Order: sequence, then C-alpha cells, then structure tokens
Amino acid sequence: MNEKIVIKSGRVLDPASHLDEILDVAVIDGKISEIGKSLNAEDSKVINAEGLWVCPGFVDMHVHLREPGQEDRETIASGALSAVYGGFTAVCCMPNTDPAVDSVGAVRYIIERAKSAGFAKVYPIAAITQKSEGKSLTNMASLFEEGAVAFSDDGRTVMDALIMRRAMEYARGIYTNGISAPISLHSIDENLARGGQINEGKISAILGLAGIPSCAETIAIARDIALAELTHAKVHFAHVSTKNAVQLIREAKSKGISVTAEVTPQHLALTDSELIGYDTRFKINPPLRSEEDRAALCEGLKDGTIDAIATDHAPHTQIDKDLPFDSAPFGTIGLETAVPVTYTILVKSGILSPLKWVEALSLAPCTIFNLPGGKLKVGA
Amino acid sequence: MNKTSDNFNSSSIQSSALNSRHLIALEKLTCKEIELILETAREMKKVFIASKEGTRSVKKVPALQGRTVVMLFFEPSTRTRNSFELAAKRLSADVVSIAVSVSSTTKGESIIDTVRNLEAMACDIIVVRHKSSGVPELLSHKVRSAIVNAGDGAHEHPSQGLLDIFTLKERFGSIEGLNLLIVGDILHSRVARSDIWGLTKLGAKVTLVGPPTLVPQGLEMPGVEIQYDLDSALPSADAVMLLRIQQERMESTFFPSLREYSHRYGLNKKRLSLAKKHCVVLHPGPINRGVEIDSEIADGPRSVILDQVTNGVAVRMSILYLLAGKL
Repeated sequence: MNEKIVIKSGRVLDPASHLDEILDVAVIDGKISEIGKSLNAEDSKVINAEGLWVCPGFVDMHVHLREPGQEDRETIASGALSAVYGGFTAVCCMPNTDPAVDSVGAVRYIIERAKSAGFAKVYPIAAITQKSEGKSLTNMASLFEEGAVAFSDDGRTVMDALIMRRAMEYARGIYTNGISAPISLHSIDENLARGGQINEGKISAILGLAGIPSCAETIAIARDIALAELTHAKVHFAHVSTKNAVQLIREAKSKGISVTAEVTPQHLALTDSELIGYDTRFKINPPLRSEEDRAALCEGLKDGTIDAIATDHAPHTQIDKDLPFDSAPFGTIGLETAVPVTYTILVKSGILSPLKWVEALSLAPCTIFNLPGGKLKVGA
Repeated sequence: MNKTSDNFNSSSIQSSALNSRHLIALEKLTCKEIELILETAREMKKVFIASKEGTRSVKKVPALQGRTVVMLFFEPSTRTRNSFELAAKRLSADVVSIAVSVSSTTKGESIIDTVRNLEAMACDIIVVRHKSSGVPELLSHKVRSAIVNAGDGAHEHPSQGLLDIFTLKERFGSIEGLNLLIVGDILHSRVARSDIWGLTKLGAKVTLVGPPTLVPQGLEMPGVEIQYDLDSALPSADAVMLLRIQQERMESTFFPSLREYSHRYGLNKKRLSLAKKHCVVLHPGPINRGVEIDSEIADGPRSVILDQVTNGVAVRMSILYLLAGKL
C-alpha cells in the first residue's frame, strides 16, 4: 500500500539546488515524489508547514555514542533518539569506545545495534590506528568495506607524523564511487596540550588551571595540511577552534589542497569566560577559546573555509562531571541543542543565509563523508 | 586576666559586613571586606599576644563556643592546618581535623559526598584544602556550611594573602603605594594570586619576578608588572616575597637546574643590598634555605617570616569569627 504525505506551503530549503521557495513536497513511501506549487493532496496525509522550513534531514558527522563499553553515558539507541529530537536524521559516531572501533566486528556491531534501535541512521567511523594508540594502522580497507564511512582517532592525535602520512596515503587507495575514504582529524599537539584543562590565556592564569595554548591546534593542523598536500588524501579537520587554524585551512583550500573542516555549536556560541566558576560542563576539548577565535570561526563558516557544523556530542555522567575540575572528563552534549543554538548564532544574527546554514548541517557533511542524503530532490 | 575576651563572647557575634558566607578567593572580596578582616585580625591578635614580645597566659575567647569547625585537608599541610586549628581553638570552637589522602586518579567516595557526610554531623565551617583549583568553589555550590579555602591548586590561598597584607600593614602602616616583589614559581602559586588580588585592591603594586616559564603573561593586569631580572627589579621594592621552588618543577623542564635558578633568583645578602633600606622579606613557607633564600636573610633583621606565622593565626581567627557571624 502506498502511503502518501504532502507537506504543504513550507519554505523549502535545498542547498544542492539552491532552492529557497514556498512549495509543497509530496512523499510516497518515504521517498520524495514531487516538489512543486499546489500539489494534489488527494488521498494524502497533509502536513501544514505554513511558516515552517522544510530542510533535508540534518546530518551530524561527529558524535560519541559511547557504545560499546560506556553505556552509562549513552547508548546507540539513546543517542539516535536524541539525534531525531534535535533534527538529525543521521549521525556519524566516533570510534573511541571501549574497545575502540578498530575491528570489523566492532563496525558490524554498531551497524546492527543502530538497525535495531531505529530513529536516526548511524554511520560508524573506524579508528585510524589500532586501539587509537597512534602506532599501527587498522585494517582500513576491510573496515571501510564493512560499512565504516571515515577514519579517525578522535580524542587523540596521531602524534607520529610518519604513521599519519602512511594512514593518509593508504586511505587514498580505498574508494567508494571513485572517492577516497575520508580521514577526520583531531589535530592537537599532545605535548603542548599535556595536562591542559582550558584555553591558555588570562582566564587560565587567574583560575590557576593549566592552559592549552591555541598553537597546540595550529601546529598540528599545519602538519596535517602539509601531509594532505603530500599525500593528496581527503583530510577533514574536526572541531576547529582557533583563529589561526581557520586561516591555515583558508590558505590550504586556496592552494587547492583537499581539506575540509567542521566547527561545533559550542565553539561558535561560547568563549572561555564561561569557565569562571569552574563549571565542568564547559570543560571540552578543544577548549572554549577567546572571543577573537569565536568570531573567526563564524567568519570561517561564512566565507566557506569551514564547511560543516558538527556537534562533537560527548555525553558524560553527572557523577563524572561533579569531580574536581582537573579530574572531570572533557566533553559536552549537543544533539538536541545544536539546531536552535546555531540558528540563533548564525542565521538570526545574519552571519549565514538560511540556505547556507542548512548546507552546513546537511549537504556539506554528506559531501565530505560521501553519505547519501543532504538533498531534497525527487527520489531522495 | 584577659581583657579582650569580653569583646568576643559568643553573644556578640552579629551579622558582619562580609557579603558571602564562604571565603573562596580574594578576587571576590571588596576592599571594604578586606579592611574588615584586617581590622578584626588586629583585635584577634590581642587575644594571644599581650605586647610586641609577650604572649598571654590565657590565649582564648569564647566567641565560637558550640560551633564546629572541620579541617578537611586533601593535601598534606602542617602550617596552614595547625594555624587554622589554633585559630579555631582560640575562639573556643570544637575542631575536627580530617586528613584525606586521595590519589589523583582514584575516585572512591566523591568529594561532594565526603563533605555532605561531614555536614550530616552538623558542622558549621569547613576549612578545605585540595590540590585541584576550583574545589572550594565546587563545594560552596553544593553544601550549606561555610567553606573556607585553605588553598586550592594554583588558584588562591586567601588566608595566606590576607596574612601577608596584614604583616605588610603592620610594618608600613598603609598598603597604598607599596611595591611587593613576588619572586619564583608564580605559575603554580596560589599564594601569588591571592596576594595580587588583595594588594592591588588596596592600592599596592605587585611585581612578578621569575623565569618566563614560571610567570604567566595572563596575570598582567592593572597594578601588576612582570619582570624577569631580579637585580633590576629590586631597587624599587618595598618588600620581597620569595616563593618555594619545588624540585618536581625542575623535572618538568621549567628551568634547567636549581643551581641556575638560585644564581638568578636566589635572595642573598648582596642582592638584598640593592633594595631600599626599609625593604622587608616575606616567605609563605616552608623555606628552602640556600635555594630561593639564604639563611642569613631568612634569619636576618629584615625577615618578617615569623611575623607572618604569628599573624596567620590572628587573620584566621578573624576569618572564622566573621564567617560564624553569617551562620
């Protein structure tokens, strides 16, 4: 039996076709059958979308679902439910679980668990190195064949430049549809950041907390841009947080190096002044930076240096966050707040057009990770 | 006979002029609050010091009779804990001292649970020290008792800052316009941060001196200057405070060797001669003789190190007394 739904008179926003008009969208059996004016709604369930926006399902290319191994923080099912509550129809989950997603079995486990959970699509990202220890490569091709959409050692940096080079080179030879497997990099120099709790600056000095200098990010990103240039790999920078990193990526793109970048709602909305009072909810990695950095991130999104918005949704238990500041873990949640937060910061303030904002949340992540979705078109 | 005891009996505790019921940081205090603590400390000192040289035979007043003060030290401390303990006892409070040894990684009972357990036994004031910056602030949001910060990580050590200011005020009469040099490991020093806030609020200047690896740029603010050369900073100093250099810092490559540190920043007789005649020398203790300070300076006429210790008890009595007034 065919189930037909007509979404009436919504503002239809499709960045792929630059569509931004009041239109109807007809859906049959979950697929878009028609987009146009005054569509026939006979025998259809009608959703009146007057005054509302009709967008492609949002895709979060950077979340932590904590399963397997840390189910007290989040599960694939609770994370996927949280995603749809927040407007995301697909998420890509990072491999820093316990054990890390460095085996074919782990990739399969996530895909199976996600299937039985329902709600949002869950795409696993597999580890670059075994146990994400930065020493030896995972069986990247096998992991990719099993369904991993990208590779990352998120939470850690592959500090050995030679290993990083090999990973990039090797990933270049793994394809789907002629597109190389992407590598998502958490680029922070771990030696410079060692022991650091928050952004290094006036606030860290006053609070007596060890700082993470912004150059810990720029140094690592500069290295990885150089390696991307050398290897021609498809390199994506996760959670960019500093002005100088934005500038490095801008220059790399202008030289034609294949790099992309994402930014989180928290880095777009907040600065390290939130840390006054030692509230561990604001303890994240990379840390909240200065106002100058925050403004540069908005500017980077505006001029296209930064391609996507991703949450880095990283749940922890209240028990873990109620610890002394330097013992509390890094990370904050974001799936259910990312859309309203970034709408307020970027669209309401006029930094991004509605279409560009929708692109950063849908088409851009799909393009970078070569995922289906991100488009409103017949058949989608 | 102890005349001053009449001034501090338990019935005379009234609502004081402190704004908060906790003492977490000098950064949070107004000028007026600092002055109030110092003035009260001056009276408190008379409880156990009769004149400049002599102590009283009965060093006690009943001001905090019936109150319970808990010393909760998550980090080893002898002088601060003893000083607070003596202060509480001289005010006739009941004192419980708890030394908790916690390694940085083991969680065990959470710190909030520890404090709630103490509270369940009806304590009034909790004096807390912890190796992590921000712990007293965390606790102050979670408990009903008054929290007194006895040193948290590299954040603040407000009672030490207040006793330093008290000692300088006793020496110079007024704080305004003085220039205090703080020499050494500023980066990891909670004492330096409390001194900076307290002294600048009262109109003094603070000059931070040390190798750039140990002096964070972020502390530069109105009234605070940073210098890397002790010899050129000394001539303008009214007081010099040396901070203890910890061996483990050297292993983290903040400076090459103790010998080189001592060579550039150790205070000896020759160096001190560069300073003004009235310049005094402070140290929050415990001192490393021969590293940051020579014995002849530590024990010499310009040293006010033992005055600091005496005044510490008076200042802590003042803090406990004023906070008890808010209970």
